[in-house]
Amino acid sequence: MFYRLSGVHHANYVSDSRIFKVPADRNLAAFIFLIGIVAPFIIPSLYLNSYMLPWLIWTAAALGLNLVTGWAGQLHLGYAAVMAVGAYSAIHAARFGVPWEFALIIGGLASSVIGSLFAFAALRVKGLYLALTTLAMQFVMDWVLTHSPAISGGSHASLQSPTLALLGQDITSDTGYYYVAFGWCVLVTIFMLNLKRTGLGRALVAVREKDFAAAILGVNSFYYKILAFATSSFIAGVSGALLVATFFFLAAPEQFSVNVSIQVLAMVIVGGLGSIIGSYFGVALILLVPGLVNGLVATLSEWMGVQIDVETLAHIPNAVYGALIVIILLIEPLGLGKLYGNIRDYLMVWPFDQFKK
Amino acid sequence: MDWVFLSELAINGALTGLLYSLFAIGLVLIYKASSVPNLAQGGLTMVGAYVVLALARDVGLPLWLAIPLAAVVMFGLGFGIERVALRRLAGRPVVMILMLTLGLDIFLRGTTLAIWGGTSRSMELGVSYDPLFLGDIFISRIHLVGAGVALALFVAFMLFFRTRTGIKLRAIADDYMASWSVGISVERGVGLSWALASVVAVAAGVIWGEIQGVDQALSLLLLKGLTVAVLGGLDSILGAVIAGIILGVVENVGADFLDPLVGGGSRELIVAAVLILTVMIRPHGLFGRHDIERV
Repeated sequence: MFYRLSGVHHANYVSDSRIFKVPADRNLAAFIFLIGIVAPFIIPSLYLNSYMLPWLIWTAAALGLNLVTGWAGQLHLGYAAVMAVGAYSAIHAARFGVPWEFALIIGGLASSVIGSLFAFAALRVKGLYLALTTLAMQFVMDWVLTHSPAISGGSHASLQSPTLALLGQDITSDTGYYYVAFGWCVLVTIFMLNLKRTGLGRALVAVREKDFAAAILGVNSFYYKILAFATSSFIAGVSGALLVATFFFLAAPEQFSVNVSIQVLAMVIVGGLGSIIGSYFGVALILLVPGLVNGLVATLSEWMGVQIDVETLAHIPNAVYGALIVIILLIEPLGLGKLYGNIRDYLMVWPFDQFKK
Repeated sequence: MDWVFLSELAINGALTGLLYSLFAIGLVLIYKASSVPNLAQGGLTMVGAYVVLALARDVGLPLWLAIPLAAVVMFGLGFGIERVALRRLAGRPVVMILMLTLGLDIFLRGTTLAIWGGTSRSMELGVSYDPLFLGDIFISRIHLVGAGVALALFVAFMLFFRTRTGIKLRAIADDYMASWSVGISVERGVGLSWALASVVAVAAGVIWGEIQGVDQALSLLLLKGLTVAVLGGLDSILGAVIAGIILGVVENVGADFLDPLVGGGSRELIVAAVLILTVMIRPHGLFGRHDIERV
């Protein structure tokens, strides 16, 4: 109906290695891209700034984690610490007078270096033990941040971000911030879309599936693991820096605490490991739905005349957030991306598959 | 060096460490039976403490009745969690199971706080706060009581693993398939391990609630509990007890040396360092089974 295909049949390698194998997917992506461009003109700036912008930046960050967890199969519970390294280095560089373009790259590279430290744990253990090691490293990083005033910015442990300026243009408007976030998210998405078409992406998948089988095929799993961690950390660093520069405006250690690491991992897993569209859904669900549910509960209680404790109301989003993770995992362990894929596969050949049964 | 002071640090560290073991025993029980790292143990501990308080304050039961009743409630809750959530993910990759337990942890914490509120409450066990003197050494009474509870639980579990049900659990821990083929209900065994871990969580919740107040901070014990469990070997209860003592002593004595150097708060750092070093050097811990896959 929408796809007007009777399945995907490739006649040559060029069509097999296209980014969008189905024309309808490409059209959909182009449509969403256009909506993203005109969003500032159709969405009120309050929603643009408090929902769209964090959604896009967190999606970029989640895609970075998806690279290391979904593609390379390495558990990572210290992602927020890596984002913190990027954010703090970029902001210190910008405060020092480095132009923002370079400050962002410095942040990304600094994250890469620290993120590669996490990779050394991955060279030694995997699975649960890797998760525990990265969790412990997150605690170490948290500790370093809160205990070194030189990094975290003095006694109040907060660091003002200087005005963002890209290509000689000061960015101060909501629309400007939105476009910066949108541009970064699109860039990361294009990178990730192309990843599966490259040798790097295939090598990462080989390492994920079975590292010694990959070694037999001549894939150096040590090298690719470090590469995966370094690349994802670069994305994490720039995303962290942009998050502070366009959303928080003030860097504080709590913004990159253990809970944030868990939250990003939840976004990736709820969205679906190795699924790009899934990361968008996962971030939207984890980031936006708890707040929406809370608003709903508040409105409902007012409407029904039931008085709900302020404290109760304050903790409902957390309960909803946990429940969402559990429910999605129980319904579809492969995440929202897989649910989307199921619907897409169903519609792809609809109505002809009805005859098979 | 002042030896009295050092031994005071070491003894109190060991007692605190046994309290970490109290927490870690819950982790070990579940990991032993089903190889599931239960990151929701912190949340369970918190729920345990709040249920005791709810029974004692809101219903008005005396504490000696409220604690066993809470244990019964938590037994059911643990069974239920396994039945509803964990069983359906059996056999999935560890990343999804980890995420599920993390989600459960967040859910339990959020729900508990939504129901009972976030202000810290006190447990009021009735243990005196006056320190006990052993020669020149200060010892906190509640830590002593807690350590006693931990050791009692350890002995109880050692005896339990000799009963018929306990032997079934050991068989499940040893080999899923083989237990299945001789007619042991693996599902019920794993459920039982969750239920027992939830009961342990009540004990940990009561003792830690008495020490630091019943609030959200109870779930922060997770890192220390995990470190103890990993150091002892994730599937050994004896390991959890011994590793608890080791971690407690190292943490207490080490913090005393390190705190002046780094300006305080080095406990977290020591715990994290112990966890990282254990995984790097000896991933199967002190008493764990050697089947951990190295890359």
